Amino acid sequence: MIEARALTKVFRDKRRGEIRAVDNLSFRVAPGRIYGLLGANGAGKTTALRLLATLLQPTAGSATVAGHDIVAEPARVRANVGFLATSTALYGRLTARETITYFGRLNGLAGDEIAARLGCLADELGLHEFLDRRCEKFSTGMKQKTSIARTLIHDPAVMIFDEPTLGLDVMAARSVVRFVRECKARGKTVIYSTHVMSEVEKLCDVIGIIHGGRLLAEDTLEGLRARTGEHDMEEIFVKTVGPEASA
Amino acid sequence: MSWKNIVTIYGKELRDSLRDRRTLLSMIIIPVLVMPMLVYVVGRVGARVYATARGEIPVIMVIGGEDSPATRALLQASARFRIVPETADYRQKISDKKVRAAVQIPPGFDAGLKAGAARPVLVLHYQGELKSGFAVGEIEAFFRDLREKTVTASLAAHGLPASLVTPFAVQRENVAPPEKVGGNAIGGLVPYLIIMLCFTGAVYPAIDLTAGEKERGTMETLLCSPVARVDIVLGKFLMVLTGSLCAMIFSLGSMALTLALAGTALGAGGLPSISLLGVAGVLAMVVPAAVFFSALLLTIALFAKSSKEAQTYLAPLAFVVLLPVALGLLPGIELNARLALVPILNLSLVCKEMLSGAWHWNYIALIFGSTCAYAGLALALAVRMFNREDVLFRC
Repeated sequence: MIEARALTKVFRDKRRGEIRAVDNLSFRVAPGRIYGLLGANGAGKTTALRLLATLLQPTAGSATVAGHDIVAEPARVRANVGFLATSTALYGRLTARETITYFGRLNGLAGDEIAARLGCLADELGLHEFLDRRCEKFSTGMKQKTSIARTLIHDPAVMIFDEPTLGLDVMAARSVVRFVRECKARGKTVIYSTHVMSEVEKLCDVIGIIHGGRLLAEDTLEGLRARTGEHDMEEIFVKTVGPEASA
Repeated sequence: MSWKNIVTIYGKELRDSLRDRRTLLSMIIIPVLVMPMLVYVVGRVGARVYATARGEIPVIMVIGGEDSPATRALLQASARFRIVPETADYRQKISDKKVRAAVQIPPGFDAGLKAGAARPVLVLHYQGELKSGFAVGEIEAFFRDLREKTVTASLAAHGLPASLVTPFAVQRENVAPPEKVGGNAIGGLVPYLIIMLCFTGAVYPAIDLTAGEKERGTMETLLCSPVARVDIVLGKFLMVLTGSLCAMIFSLGSMALTLALAGTALGAGGLPSISLLGVAGVLAMVVPAAVFFSALLLTIALFAKSSKEAQTYLAPLAFVVLLPVALGLLPGIELNARLALVPILNLSLVCKEMLSGAWHWNYIALIFGSTCAYAGLALALAVRMFNREDVLFRC
């Protein structure tokens, strides 16, 4: 379960002054559901997800992730979260096995637990072929699979995806989408940020449209269609944020 | 704080670094090669240049002395130098290094010599030029011989013994043990090399583990784990410290081996020896300095967004470190209570003292304590910086 309550993040920049990257953001995601956070570049999606993953501290408001408060218990939050983003890269000089094992250890797993979990993940994701090769030599798809295994090694209850298909080819993007669906099937709480409309249509149970750090609309795909009178997700988005903002 | 997490992070960083050629270069290869390079390459090239210059018969010019044919004939007959015909532009020729030196014989020199009141001989040379220096040495030796022969002949003519002008000799005897002589001779150079290598050994790991990770996107991956930030800092700090200490240990090992081999090759008295106890003292004093450097470099490099930016910050820092180390090499600067609190300079001075056999325990304790305090402060600053999101996610 994820519950954000009036989550706000203000950055202070010498040149630009005060920037409200996330402004009074509230939403709730239940286990076994995928919440799509849809927004243009700079809308505040990454900041919102970094707040939930406790990488940043909120200026105001609060949130609980898997029953833990993001300010009071950040380590417990992170222990229950798998965070996958374009900005979370792999160590090039380590092999896939070493990387996954390392994160297993950092998550407090014992050696035999890591070995058993790694075996399962390697079977599920098809890692065996390149498990003992260094990540620097990997294709984008191999890197993405290794990153997925890295986020899942401790079997977190909550998965946070920040534009996970950005820069991926069609096949690699499809495997990520399939993996997100599997997370939902396993009863995990999933939050998925993207600016790709088709992914939102395919994956998300609830869609939140974010712009300028504020949540402008939140509903199911059908609910948004009914509310805007538009069928196409792109048109729904443009109508919600306003044509000038989306230009 | 969890030691298990710190060790896990350190282990990963060590493995990662040992697979990186650039880290190996700064941690092992450069420290191992720097001393043999200095001794063998610079030493050998220097010795060869010196020997070539020494073996060359200097070309000189004799100015004037037309009324002193005896002296001119002796100069011409000497095998110490080769005389070229006099020209008016002799000063320019010396500057152009076509002639190494010129000797100006004053009017009536031969007559003055016989009368016991000759006017001074002027030697023109190019100061700082090795071959010119050798030429001056040969000219002075020639005139010293001439003066002694003149004195001896004059004494003999008056029936007096030659010992009249040298009634006694003055001799010297060294009482300092060889390691103290060595300590005084190279006592400044050893800490200089150790401190600089200790610093340079930490630079690359500090950049790679902070700004490098930010640039590659692995920092955020690590921050997503439930490990506390203080554990991450300490794990990374231990790796940077390893880089610094490795550079120091490898440089010292290489230095000891090079000096031993070079000493054997040159025989007794070839190279100054230094006290092993002094070296052990230097090592003990440098450890807190390595902690200080590692934490400071980690903090500064963390502030940078990219490796390139980190290099821009750290390059001037090398000069900041070099300055007090170089000051410590100056002969007039003595260790006192005030200087004992100046970071790096205090270390440079106390190491020089220890290597020359002087153990001022009060200063040693003060310097060790203050360096530990500076190291602690630098480490606390590194932890503080790691908790600042505007530093970690600076864009």
